[in-house]
Amino acid sequence: MFNDLGRMGKYLGQAARMLVGMPDYDTYVEHMQSKHPDQPVMSYEDFFRERQEARYGGGKGRPVRCC
Amino acid sequence: MTRLVSRLAWLALAVLGALALGVVALRRGEPINALWIVVASTAIYLVAYRYYSLFIATRVMQLDPRRATPAVLNNDGLDFVPTNQHVLFGHHFAAIAGAGPLVGPVLAAQMGYLPGTLWLIAGVVLAGAVQDFLVLCISTRRNARSLGDMVREEMGQIPGTIALFGCFLIMVIILAVLALIVVKALAHSPWGMFTVMATIPIAMFMGLYMRYIRPGRIGEISLIGIVLLLASIWLGGAISTDPYWSGVFTFTGVQITWMLIGYGFVAAVLPVWLILAPRDYLSTFLKIGTIAALAIGIVILSPELKMPALTQFIDGTGPVWKGALFPFLFITIACGAVSGFHALIASGTTPKLLANETQARYIGYGGMLMESMVAIMAMVAASVIEPGVYFAMNSPPAIVGADTASVAAAVSHWGFAITPEALEGVARDIGETTILARAGGAPTLAVGIAQILHQVLPGEDTMAFWYHFAILFEALFILTAVDAGTRAGRFMLQDLLGNFVPALRRTDSWGANVLATAGCVALWGYLLYQGVVDPLGGINTLWPLFGISNQMLAGIALMLCSVVLIKMKRQRYVWVTLLPAFWLLICTTAASLIKLFDPNPAVGFLALAKKYAVALDAGQVLAPAKDLGQMQNVIMNAYTNAGLSVLFLVVVFSILFYALKVGRAAWIVEERTDKETPFQAIPGA
Repeated sequence: MFNDLGRMGKYLGQAARMLVGMPDYDTYVEHMQSKHPDQPVMSYEDFFRERQEARYGGGKGRPVRCC
Repeated sequence: MTRLVSRLAWLALAVLGALALGVVALRRGEPINALWIVVASTAIYLVAYRYYSLFIATRVMQLDPRRATPAVLNNDGLDFVPTNQHVLFGHHFAAIAGAGPLVGPVLAAQMGYLPGTLWLIAGVVLAGAVQDFLVLCISTRRNARSLGDMVREEMGQIPGTIALFGCFLIMVIILAVLALIVVKALAHSPWGMFTVMATIPIAMFMGLYMRYIRPGRIGEISLIGIVLLLASIWLGGAISTDPYWSGVFTFTGVQITWMLIGYGFVAAVLPVWLILAPRDYLSTFLKIGTIAALAIGIVILSPELKMPALTQFIDGTGPVWKGALFPFLFITIACGAVSGFHALIASGTTPKLLANETQARYIGYGGMLMESMVAIMAMVAASVIEPGVYFAMNSPPAIVGADTASVAAAVSHWGFAITPEALEGVARDIGETTILARAGGAPTLAVGIAQILHQVLPGEDTMAFWYHFAILFEALFILTAVDAGTRAGRFMLQDLLGNFVPALRRTDSWGANVLATAGCVALWGYLLYQGVVDPLGGINTLWPLFGISNQMLAGIALMLCSVVLIKMKRQRYVWVTLLPAFWLLICTTAASLIKLFDPNPAVGFLALAKKYAVALDAGQVLAPAKDLGQMQNVIMNAYTNAGLSVLFLVVVFSILFYALKVGRAAWIVEERTDKETPFQAIPGA
């Protein structure tokens, strides 16, 4: 049961973070390790900063929200 | 057998929805319970989702579960990440649901609850959700391209640039209107002003904390932030009763305008992690929480609607905004029914995260339906307050006077009985000195929310707390939108100007950035200032312009979808997008032409300019202008607004011209001519 609760908690945390556009770090790490094992993996802090920059205006400048 | 049972259950739901809608539409004279509206809309939305969106998914677009989406193909764990559909629903919904579904219906309540409710229900099912869904689909099949890029690819370079220009125009107007709403809500309100100002140091603290002390802990810092916000609301209450401090935090509309313009410029230049991101987190969580609380409150309370189903203002003489039901009702309610801005979002980050294109139905169509539910809640909240209070709050002083006695008299004269004591009583209840001249939807909604939540969770002085909580939550996400929007506007401006002066396109150049930011802020700042000093009431003029521009963009998005459907040789289904596009074109064109050429100076911009110009030449000062300088203002504003209306017409008809040209050429060709990325199956599936 605690396994289930733990998974639900993780899932809700993911959902809450995606509300503000922060993707899942573990997914990123897994992706890097399986697809690009030779490349360095960003730390959580760097990942967080990079994603924050990207959301609000790192070049493409697409509006992120409606009226 | 189970299929038959399932079909029967859906039929029963449809009948329930139709019955409830019948009660809402046909009951006159006696007040009805808000739950009829809630049940009608919920049932109809569920049925529409089950049948119409499925039809679009399977017959029209022929979505393929085996097809790999850009998230799968370009997976980088950062921008392109196949995301769980429920998590993505939340992300998309948080992006589309802003102030729009809350303000539009509140303003539309001027005509009674019925017209707005019917437009919300019909509009979202047939136009809004269709737009969101289809734009998401076609963007996903084009490697998550943006709307402007798709118009360029499918229709040509010139319409692409025109569409981008249209997007930029809307951006500027939205920013001005949102800022105006904040100004109207906070003018002469020390409590509100203090609480909103307090969000800046709170956000900075959160930003620094997340950057240096405990990097990346969103949940933790958001909780701390919310606690600090609640404390600031409480402190604001204490300040508003203190004679000295309440004076310090009382500002006029013009002062707040300058503060907002300055803030807009500074905030858009600062790094995102300092103020914008923390504020975004706070506003998103607060927004979702408050909407949920409002929905639960309405269901628990089952309040009665006090606003009548129809008021006399469907003829166009309304105080809050001028214009007859057609076309202006459809312009006033955008978000919640159909909003062009959503097309930008549906071709923004969401298509990069979509794991399977069949999920676009849930996220695109479903997400918009959910936003429409929020709009329905806002309509209910506005309709449960006394109509006399509603009109007192939203009518400009130029029409009803500036003190409670004359306002009460004017409003009662219209048939909405209210006494000056009642008006003062509401003001006291919410902890303000006055509720007059607080147009813009946000204060009205705040009163409605406060009354509902206060009845569900009663307590002394809690109504004032809830009112300021509601004002804070609206101001918070409006200011976030202003900040984020100015940045986005800056990129758009750099993009557009870069066509003529390539050096400006470089986003790494500090000079170009500051120039573009200043340009963007100057544009919305000018419209905002104009709206605030406009003696005829800024919301009165600016909201219809915003509505027209928004529906214009929706028309463009639906025209793009129609062209794509023809190019895909799905042309027998093109009516799915063509009918709503046609409707939107009629509405925006009629509205623009009326706003330009109507001989009534209260409606038509050119007539207004002429009336005041003639008076100015004769050296007269016409009320409500107070001196010759204000006369100039009125004339200048009227010409600016007329110019904007002309621009919209030009934009929408150019795109129509290209859409017809490209569509006709594609219609007669046998093969597909659309620019979809080729089919690739999901690897390893």
